[in-house]
Amino acid sequence: MSNPDPLLSVRDLRVKLGRHGAHILHGISLDILPGETYGLVGESGSGKSVTGLSIMGLLKRPLNVAGGSIHYQDQNLLKLSRRARRDLRGDRIAMIFQEPMTALNPVVSIGNQIAEMFVIHRGMGWTEARLRAVEALDSVQVPSPAERARAYPHQLSGGMRQRVMIAIALACRPDLLIADEPTTALDVTVQAGVLKLIHELCTAEGTAVLLVSHDLGVIANMCQRVGVMDRGRLIEEQDTAALFSNPLHPYTRGLLAARPRLGSRVEGGRKRLTELDEIVPDGARGHDAPTLVTPRGRREARVAA
Amino acid sequence: MTASPLLEIRDLSVHFPLPRTSMFQPRETLRAVDHVSLTLNEGECLSIVGESGCGKSTTALAVMGLQEPTVGRILYRGKPLNGPGAPSRKDRARIAQMVFQDPFASLNPRISIGRMLMAQLALHDLAKGSEARDRVAEMLTRVGLSPDHASRFPHEFSGGQRQRIGIARALMLDPRILVLDEPLSALDVSIQAQIINLLMELQERLKLSYIMISHDLSVVEHVSDRVAVMYFGRVVEEGGWKSVFATPTHPYTRRLIDSVPDMDAVLSDRRQLPPAAPVPSGARFAPDITHRPDPRAPADASGLVEIGAGHRVRLAMQGMT
Repeated sequence: MSNPDPLLSVRDLRVKLGRHGAHILHGISLDILPGETYGLVGESGSGKSVTGLSIMGLLKRPLNVAGGSIHYQDQNLLKLSRRARRDLRGDRIAMIFQEPMTALNPVVSIGNQIAEMFVIHRGMGWTEARLRAVEALDSVQVPSPAERARAYPHQLSGGMRQRVMIAIALACRPDLLIADEPTTALDVTVQAGVLKLIHELCTAEGTAVLLVSHDLGVIANMCQRVGVMDRGRLIEEQDTAALFSNPLHPYTRGLLAARPRLGSRVEGGRKRLTELDEIVPDGARGHDAPTLVTPRGRREARVAA
Repeated sequence: MTASPLLEIRDLSVHFPLPRTSMFQPRETLRAVDHVSLTLNEGECLSIVGESGCGKSTTALAVMGLQEPTVGRILYRGKPLNGPGAPSRKDRARIAQMVFQDPFASLNPRISIGRMLMAQLALHDLAKGSEARDRVAEMLTRVGLSPDHASRFPHEFSGGQRQRIGIARALMLDPRILVLDEPLSALDVSIQAQIINLLMELQERLKLSYIMISHDLSVVEHVSDRVAVMYFGRVVEEGGWKSVFATPTHPYTRRLIDSVPDMDAVLSDRRQLPPAAPVPSGARFAPDITHRPDPRAPADASGLVEIGAGHRVRLAMQGMT
């Protein structure tokens, strides 16, 4: 293939609930190319967040990785020591979460929370780090950043908090940003601003983004490639335009049909929406392994490169 | 005059006192809802959209009688629902019912859903014993559940099923109006479609009228007859769904529609915002959406101007900045 070497490649990632429990992820394989925005879409419980957390190394017990590999720069993240993993986390691979209020520390000023990144990962002194934190706040378009750096999370609006999260995540100019439902808790007008900010900053720095979202509209606007997940499996992966114009997997078709589209209603009466079960009967969504569908055809699972 | 509308909200204001900033300062008030007038006709779905804090839920609570209005009247078939001459809370329960956003939080975890539904019938002396059980079974079937679900408890249901229970609970007393407060936002996309379909079907079958609070414009366009856009406690634009979505005119409405991440945008190069309706010459919009109005600013009248058949938009008032 002529594609550039992937920044991160996940192969046959399996996550289990407990040692003998059920599989949450049944072997996910995906590549994230440098600088691209890759969308993971699916319903709640499909495993899209667990995939993101596995890459970050933030799975909590009883969830545990039961197999597979996550390669980043010739090293398997799953084989790294805790220490080495922690050094990467926040520095090379960073994450923003859905609910900034729970992800931020309520008793530390936001300036110090950003400055901490420079102190830990860059070995700066606190004085210099605080100055850099103000610059970081400025870059995420927080008004009067020098003053706001002294504020605490509860003094900020939801949109501002999410901007602070982005400032922390991008402080060390990571190679990969994992954004797990970054705008789900925000108003639609604020969401548009935050998405634009993520897009601009990551494009400018060449940061790749793994965007986890249930919102097909957000995915369509942000991503170059999209993976669709259903019950712990990646069932379809395509370029965004191709996915939305020609979804291959019945589940994807159902997901697209179930959502009313702005500007699609015609005069005279309301149409019933197509429910997912009508396209993918529950039986067909049974326990057989859904196969991965790509434009090149159906495959059981990709073989590790 | 034509027949009076089913529900009329007349010049509704809800103000909340703010904590004093200093003991020498006068107490200030937050105008959560300010001079809102809306009507709901029989069999209609009126959607109220706007961002969080714009007063849409407070308006709904006032309709339900869960929030006492500071000023203003709410009339049901021309008779007052609040203030002097208002019906008792029990009678009110048979006029309007509410479906909440988070069905799990609004169901009692310790009571089986059958008991919960029957309690309403007993309280209103509508049915007892086996008759009550039959009516519960009938209602469960109607919302797409099965009669033997009656013996189960809320935690035994999935999110979509719980929302169906929430709808069953609201319909048990056969109300004429359902107030739907973000009925879909806690649900997955595929479940949302099922609930939307159920709500549309019930509306037609039972001749219900809906007031739907939502921030999801795609859904609003899909199900509403009329749409009211609220911004900082005021209605800034109101009209038929077709008119509001085809010619969004107030700057805030336009920004709202433009902000919706649209999955078709990736296919067509960039979605064009529909044109605005012509507004009377010399008119200005208020408030300027880049400058948020002071929620404590003195009140003015609703300030809506008609720009098309039943399509009204809020313009600047004389002397307002």
